[in-house]
Amino acid sequence: MQALVIVAHGSHLNPDSSTPTQRHADTIRATGAFDEVKTGFWKEEPSLREVLRTVESEEVYVVPLFISEGYFTEQVIPRELRLDGWDVSQWDSDGLNADTATLVAEDTGQTVHYCGPVGTHESMTDVVVRRAETVTGDPDVGPGFGLAVVGHGTERNENSAKAIEYHAERVRESGRFDEVRALYMDEEPEVDDVTDHFESEDIVVVPLFVADGFHTQEDIPEDMGLTDDYRTGYDVPAEVDGHRIWYAGAVGTEALMADVVLERAADAGADIEDAIASVREETRETPAAGD
Amino acid sequence: MRGEQFDALVRRLDERPIDFDGLCAEWDGDGYAFETPDRTHEGLSQAGLHEAAANAEPYVTNWYFWEADVGHEGRHRRAFLRKLEAADERSVPERYDALETGMETEWGQLRITATLGDAGERRYEVRHEDDAGADVDALEAHEDPLDARDIATYDEKERYRPLKTAPTLVNGWVFPALDGRDLTETVDTFYPATIANWNLEREGELDVSHWEETMERQSGIYSVIQTWNRGEGKEHVEWVAESCCDDSQCLKRREWQYDEETELDAPGGDGAFPCREPCSLVVAAARKWTRLEGEESRTYEFELTPSEKEQVEDIIGAVADGRVDDVREADIYEGANRYRTRFLRAKRFDENGNLSGTPTEPEEETDGAGEGGDN
Repeated sequence: MQALVIVAHGSHLNPDSSTPTQRHADTIRATGAFDEVKTGFWKEEPSLREVLRTVESEEVYVVPLFISEGYFTEQVIPRELRLDGWDVSQWDSDGLNADTATLVAEDTGQTVHYCGPVGTHESMTDVVVRRAETVTGDPDVGPGFGLAVVGHGTERNENSAKAIEYHAERVRESGRFDEVRALYMDEEPEVDDVTDHFESEDIVVVPLFVADGFHTQEDIPEDMGLTDDYRTGYDVPAEVDGHRIWYAGAVGTEALMADVVLERAADAGADIEDAIASVREETRETPAAGD
Repeated sequence: MRGEQFDALVRRLDERPIDFDGLCAEWDGDGYAFETPDRTHEGLSQAGLHEAAANAEPYVTNWYFWEADVGHEGRHRRAFLRKLEAADERSVPERYDALETGMETEWGQLRITATLGDAGERRYEVRHEDDAGADVDALEAHEDPLDARDIATYDEKERYRPLKTAPTLVNGWVFPALDGRDLTETVDTFYPATIANWNLEREGELDVSHWEETMERQSGIYSVIQTWNRGEGKEHVEWVAESCCDDSQCLKRREWQYDEETELDAPGGDGAFPCREPCSLVVAAARKWTRLEGEESRTYEFELTPSEKEQVEDIIGAVADGRVDDVREADIYEGANRYRTRFLRAKRFDENGNLSGTPTEPEEETDGAGEGGDN
């Protein structure tokens, strides 16, 4: 038997924090690719300390629903899951390419394939693009549009900006959008001045966050001038300085995120190719290009 | 007894004997032996075995249920399902009799009823304990265990429930007919990990992490909590346990103590399932208290009438016990009544919101007399 456990931050205050995690788990559960699919949280239940004992399988793929490598993926999660002998060097990562490490959970004896975070996987770039399709309702969105990938910024963790820059660069290389920029909440170039960074009249703004919350629903919409007061909401698209801003909200709420979770588990050795193919199609919220 | 159940019995006896819940059977190379507490048969042909099995049907269907339907992979699930019919204490006929009318188990605020289906299958119903006597048709019926997620998200006042084992689960719903796997999934969604921890405790393997080691483990913004433990005193942890872990706040039975040697005096509660370490809510609250408790006490002077002093105590009691919304609008006999409280504020607060006009920091005194004051 093999199980998938998606681990995420969760919240004591905001019930929507764990909603995307649950939805992606449901999508994957429906594929039947794993005997069990469970979720575990830092701030909700089951806790990271106790989630493994709710799983019957002896072999467990653990995928962190986090945007970047750092404090949570390197220290908190392995410690709380009691992964015996964990050392971050086992990922052999430069901050962007953590893949998997196989360890034993001390308390349950299960074999745990501990995967890198979803946010740094290359397929996450597809989710950013899919998010742009969903928010514009256009499966061919790109020409004539600019795309801003928005991150929190460095704070204490330089890997946070690396992930934003990585996906922005990949979308840029694809040539699909006229312009692509990486913008940040608390460092230059700042999302506050989003219209200064684009020539294009239409700009899709995709925050690279796991869940909607304070930052994506309050800070960023107000900082960009979409609204004076987040409580009154904002239009999509909204007019700002002669540009149309298509604000997408947290990328983690996009249904295709389930695919990235599966990709992580597949990279760690799970045999789930069929599930990956079906999730890629079934999570599409706009008609497929050419339909 | 269905054909597949008998076939499974024969296949199993080809491999190895059965000794389970009062049923003993084996193939000795010449014939079958088949024994229950009531009867013993030896040297049976397969037809004879079928007849004996048909006459002892409950033992056979019971064996099949635990062997084929439940299986051995989910150790905690199996133990929990056996608990629901007191399988380790009662004989098969006793259980089958009791299951006909339903065997009930309280689990937190859940009421689980096990009944007998066709050919020894078990069916489980889950509902809120407050709905014990309700007609099943009057409750909202659910089939998918994961529906429990939505039921458990908000309390009756639509407030988010970050603690799943808080005694604030809403009622009005029922999962009328679950199999064993879906039942454990449902219970584990309402009360995550409680089945596993209950069974680990039952088997003497519960891994309790006490306060001191749990706080020692914290890092990042929570590492400050370690500084709250100074010397021998455990009084601060008593207050935490009394505030957060009382049965009125959480249905888990607190098994963690200050440390391996130092038990807490605060009651741990009477819950069916154990709490094996301070949860994330306690850790987050402890971080705040660590900061607050770093302050030194001061002596303030306030003007209050005796009734006002008691009113302040009433207000604290009402908030701490979650009774604020129960105080009736016009019940001005209640200290925590809104009008009474507004009157107290109007009379005793100055324009800066200071009780009795007494500033929090002495240097805030407007006449400057408090500058450098140390009272």
